[in-house]
Amino acid sequence: MKYSVFLGALTGAGLAAGAVAAGTLDDVKARGKVNCGTNTGLVGFAAPDANGEWQGFDVALCRAVAAAVLGDHSAVEFVSTTGRTRFTALASGEIDLLVRNTTWTFTRDVDLKFTFVGVNYYDGQGFMVPKSLGVTSAKELDGATICIQTGTTTELNLADFFRTNNISYEPVPIETNAEGQQQYLAGACDAYTTDISGLAATRATFEDPTAHVILPEIVSKEPLGPLVRHGDDEWADVVRWTLFALIAAEEYGVTSANIDELVANPASNPEISRLLGTEGDLGPMLGLSVDWAVKAIKAGGNYGELFEKFIGQNTPIGLPRGLNAQWTDGGLLYAPPFR
Amino acid sequence: MTMMTAPPKQTFRVGMLIHDTRYRSLTIQIVVLSAAMLMAAWLINNTIQNLAVLGKPISFGFLSSAAQYDINQMLVSYTNQDTHLRAAFVGLLNTLLVAVLGCALATVLGVLIGVLRLSKNWLVARLMTAYVEIFRNVPVLLWIVFAMAILIETLPTPRDFRGEEATASMLLGDSIAITNRGVYIPEPLFSRSLGDLPLPGAVAISLDLVAILALLAGGLAASAAIRRRAERIQNATGKRPATWHLRLGVIVLPQAALLAALGFHLGYPELRGFNFQGGIHLRNSLLALWLALSFYTAAFIAEIVRAGILAIDRGQTEAAAALGLRPGRIMRLVILPQALRVIIPPLISQYLNLTKNSSLAIAVGYMDITGTLGGITLNQTGRELECVLLLMLVYLAISLIISAVMNWYNARVRLVER
Amino acid sequence: MPGQPFVRSHMLPERAPPATAAGPLLWLRENLFSSWFNAILTLLSLGFVWYVLAHALPWIVQSSWTANSLTECRQQIAASHGPGTSGACWAVIRERYLQLIFGFYPSRLYWRPILAFGLTLAALAPILFPALPRRLLWLSSTVPFLVPWLLWGGSLWLPVSIALGAVLGYAALRLVTPLAGSLAGVIAAGLVPVLWWLFGAGPATGLLQSALPLAIDSVQSRAFGGFMLSITIGIVAITCSLPIGILLALGRQSDLFIVKTLCVGFIEFIRGVPLITLLFVASLLLNYFLPPGTSFDIILRVIIMVTLFAAAYMAEVIRGGLAALPRGQYEAAAALGLDYWKAQRLIIMPQALKISIPGIVSTFIGVFKDTTLVSIIGLLDPLGFSNAIRADTAWNGIVWELYGFIAALFFVFCFAMSRYSMYLERKLATEHR
Repeated sequence: MKYSVFLGALTGAGLAAGAVAAGTLDDVKARGKVNCGTNTGLVGFAAPDANGEWQGFDVALCRAVAAAVLGDHSAVEFVSTTGRTRFTALASGEIDLLVRNTTWTFTRDVDLKFTFVGVNYYDGQGFMVPKSLGVTSAKELDGATICIQTGTTTELNLADFFRTNNISYEPVPIETNAEGQQQYLAGACDAYTTDISGLAATRATFEDPTAHVILPEIVSKEPLGPLVRHGDDEWADVVRWTLFALIAAEEYGVTSANIDELVANPASNPEISRLLGTEGDLGPMLGLSVDWAVKAIKAGGNYGELFEKFIGQNTPIGLPRGLNAQWTDGGLLYAPPFR
Repeated sequence: MTMMTAPPKQTFRVGMLIHDTRYRSLTIQIVVLSAAMLMAAWLINNTIQNLAVLGKPISFGFLSSAAQYDINQMLVSYTNQDTHLRAAFVGLLNTLLVAVLGCALATVLGVLIGVLRLSKNWLVARLMTAYVEIFRNVPVLLWIVFAMAILIETLPTPRDFRGEEATASMLLGDSIAITNRGVYIPEPLFSRSLGDLPLPGAVAISLDLVAILALLAGGLAASAAIRRRAERIQNATGKRPATWHLRLGVIVLPQAALLAALGFHLGYPELRGFNFQGGIHLRNSLLALWLALSFYTAAFIAEIVRAGILAIDRGQTEAAAALGLRPGRIMRLVILPQALRVIIPPLISQYLNLTKNSSLAIAVGYMDITGTLGGITLNQTGRELECVLLLMLVYLAISLIISAVMNWYNARVRLVER
Repeated sequence: MPGQPFVRSHMLPERAPPATAAGPLLWLRENLFSSWFNAILTLLSLGFVWYVLAHALPWIVQSSWTANSLTECRQQIAASHGPGTSGACWAVIRERYLQLIFGFYPSRLYWRPILAFGLTLAALAPILFPALPRRLLWLSSTVPFLVPWLLWGGSLWLPVSIALGAVLGYAALRLVTPLAGSLAGVIAAGLVPVLWWLFGAGPATGLLQSALPLAIDSVQSRAFGGFMLSITIGIVAITCSLPIGILLALGRQSDLFIVKTLCVGFIEFIRGVPLITLLFVASLLLNYFLPPGTSFDIILRVIIMVTLFAAAYMAEVIRGGLAALPRGQYEAAAALGLDYWKAQRLIIMPQALKISIPGIVSTFIGVFKDTTLVSIIGLLDPLGFSNAIRADTAWNGIVWELYGFIAALFFVFCFAMSRYSMYLERKLATEHR
């Protein structure tokens, strides 16, 4: 049982004194928890299970960061944010990092003053229609009613797409994915547009997934990634290299199953040794322990394992790796060298 | 007899600021004022500092940049190349639309239910009580999402109207289509339209509408003049001439003539492509919000109406009957003016509540001002402070205007007490 | 001729009234079919009731309680009631009802919110039902300090030292009033506790905690969710808004121009904007208004804004209570030589508050219902949680069961409270006669 002294009691009462500008890493270490902003609920990426534990692909990254920094993958406080509140929550210091299917765009990076540390999922916006509609291309959707989530880049892309193709549409704005799905299934909109991953995840839960097709057009680039506040490079480095460690681990075949063995018997590949901290001192350079990456990988597995566990082909969501395969397999995942 | 002595000339002492009632109120007010100003200065100072740290100085410049998003329901023209300011204006009109529609329907329903609750019919009275309790005791946000879900899940899709074995059909001779994308009703069209009157700010007002309203106002005025004349005759001779046909005529005939001159006809909705085209499209989001707000508020208005009717003493009805007034006139001349005096003040606050609750439009994707200015604009520009402040000011202005108008009306119907 | 006396020698036995003028038939005729219009209304109502029940009942009854996902639900219902039957999937409620009620609160600590809720009810009992012994009020006065401690946990000494602030305030009132007059007394009673809470309470708690560690597990307010969150926000906001509302109501009634203007401005501003904009302020702006570096967590920010919101409405309710008091009460208090604060404390407020209780209860119902709005800013109240549950692959696509459950729970709470408020109104009405 953990007894808290006065400061803990005050925090418990809700008053958290945290310096916004300086040293998020130090704050996190002092607090013993990572505050991670997530979705209020998105299939496969972040949703609470029956035991109240958050699960999902985005959530797993938060856990990996917590494991790398604090050595405990459960030392995370999840803060559910909406499209409207997410950036304020990060800017005000309420959360330390935001992993919420957030598209990396110029204005968000520059004007809103955030730092995107990388991309954990390469996505693109697409359209889903019922097969019975007989539509094979998004350009045939002239005059169609289209369900779209507000507060995202999606609606801007949609407006751009229809304007450049000079066709009309009727937008039906919705707040959450669950509502969009409800409207789409009931036929209140002809097409549903969001990121392809979201479409696939949504389609997977239908009674008859085969009755719906995702149209070939991908109307935008949606690099989804974790982001932190502008100007705190130490913390940005920690999150960035945790993500890269997960990606690199997959590339070098380090999994949560064989990692203990690899640590015990350092392999011939020096890159793996540096990653796992059996050689060199990359961890301390980040201000973390030597085995930070080991802990991060053990939290849930490497990038590939996480992908397969939450959104991969064997889950109901069944997303193919596609762009999110390693560069060696023709994908875009490319971790810089650990050296 | 004692001599009257002048009170000792008091010199001002600092202690008098607290102990002397003449100065004390001044002291308290100055202290309160300075505390309030200090507080405000502190908050503003903090805000400026915080914004400086974030590198986001307050600026309303974003309002004039292109909004880049589309709005489905617009009462004035708007494209995604228009500014954020115009998007906010479109949202404001949508807010006002649902508020006006909601207040009207809520009043009608509320009065109906309030009266039926007092019905001698046991079943009807119980049902109305159940209605009031169920609607009052469940959050309005839940009703809104509920209404949306019902509209979406239970109504036919446009696809069901298509083909040989259509499972749904249009009502009233193919003029109204009820679908789960909304209700399509015929729209009034004019083949010899007068065109639009452009106003500053790229707002245009249909001259046809202006002409119709002007003629309607003229008709009402003429009707009122006829009534006054009838009253003069009644006062002079004791006989009241029948005037209803004249009064109806001066309103209806000119309207009919004008509509004919303008080439009035109805445009019917037709199933073309993915959706019905033509006609007026009442979207699901509008319907769900409108119905949920009206049904919810009607439960409160019903209670107000019931209380208002119960507050009138039976003796009033009896006294009026003893004067020889007929039941309709008793209601109009005796009961209603008194009941209204009780009903109107709480009714005003229900109208205000409905208007404020319309901001929950965001839950069903109705593009009111919370959805545009406080929703997409805020999200896309990241200007929280400016957007939320503007939003609050707009709502405050709406509320103040509604209370001012209704208070003016309330002052008019109030009995002059002696 | 001696006439036959036309006097009845025995009473005729009472005859039963005709079948149409007694019993259920009479009742039916009088209450349901008194005129053709009423008959039509009755038939319409019956038709409506039948229509609703015929659609809702089979759906409610032909349900599945044991499935673990929506698909399984559909299979089970199809298996037991024939394919194509639409039935409720109550299994989602069975699996998630604890979450809908307690949110993420640690399950081994569920006794704490339950106890806190029980204590709150117990504390309210002597206020709500005057028949109970007055001595219970002492218990009531400790509850505002105990309940937050139970909910959030942490050191026991924190609520103790916060309560000490209230005691200090009272002591200041008693000490200063005889020395420097009642206005100074009131000011001291307001200032001393605030100073104590700002500067004294923290170190005192630390000191006491190190001397005698008494603490329970602390729970972050992020773990709050579901109905517990609604109830917590509702109760805390109403409790805190009561004193603010009283001050605002007095300020609005005051003769002091500036005080009055400030109070009217505040009340009208808050009442003129929708709660959702205030919640936007809580979620987006409140941190901007505080000194750089401080940050309250979102639930506390929401509670602050909801408190301000409730306070403005409370002020109007109490103003109504003040206005309902006969002018003679004020004059009598003045005639006794009581000054403003004494008159308020001893004569005016006790009566005005008593009249206002129904209004206060309905304000509470309103605030409690309005707590659902926090789902729009991403907090997981019952409605927010329903979205999160629908994001679980197993329950994706479920609608009516969750809404129905949430609506039913809200209905039970609000209906009970509105009944209580009606009972009170009736009682007040008879007491005044």
